[in-house]
Amino acid sequence: MEVLSVSVDSIYVHKMWNEHELSKMVKGGIPFPMLSDQDGSIGKQYGIYDPDSGVETRGRFIIDPDGIVQGFEVLTPSVGRNVSETLRQIQAFQLVRESEGTEATPSGWKPGKKTLKPNPDLVGNVWKEWEVSEAF
Amino acid sequence: MPQEFKPGCKRPEIKKKQDTGGAPAEVQRATEEVAQKMIRVGKPAPDFTAPAFYQGKFVMASLSEYLGKWVLLCFYPGDFTFV
Repeated sequence: MEVLSVSVDSIYVHKMWNEHELSKMVKGGIPFPMLSDQDGSIGKQYGIYDPDSGVETRGRFIIDPDGIVQGFEVLTPSVGRNVSETLRQIQAFQLVRESEGTEATPSGWKPGKKTLKPNPDLVGNVWKEWEVSEAF
Repeated sequence: MPQEFKPGCKRPEIKKKQDTGGAPAEVQRATEEVAQKMIRVGKPAPDFTAPAFYQGKFVMASLSEYLGKWVLLCFYPGDFTFV
């Protein structure tokens, strides 16, 4: 999995932020490309640019190896993301892809938990295979 | 006098002087919002190329270079914001 970060800051500010702050939190500094979208055009393409403040909101997109958007989440600036939830979703999308769509991950699925195999006999019978408590 | 404000993760809105010659502000805003549509899941991610800071160097990065790999694309309000 590859990570790309994007903000409207210049690449010079990205360099300074990495040097002066982020490298003190992450050993060796940020390991992925920090992109500069100074006119907000990438943010506009993805629908997460806020023209009132001239910045991008906390949009996060999961893109599969075919370049298809599988999921996204958008938060206003003051609330940070949940990285473990993002990783869980990527693992779920990867499992579904590897199964070529024969398996589906029910609510609350984590690696190791049961998946469901959609088929005509499962219609109306999910209650036999899966309990609500497994969602948590 | 310029007024002090408390810094936060949310940036203050930019107050633009209204251009009285053009369309009213509400119309301009509406047009801007129509132009910016949310993308759809299950559809191709729009490609882009942009300058980037990466491992001490300045590079050009394109989304299309990552075809064949899973990509997590993260936007954020700005460097040196707090969360």
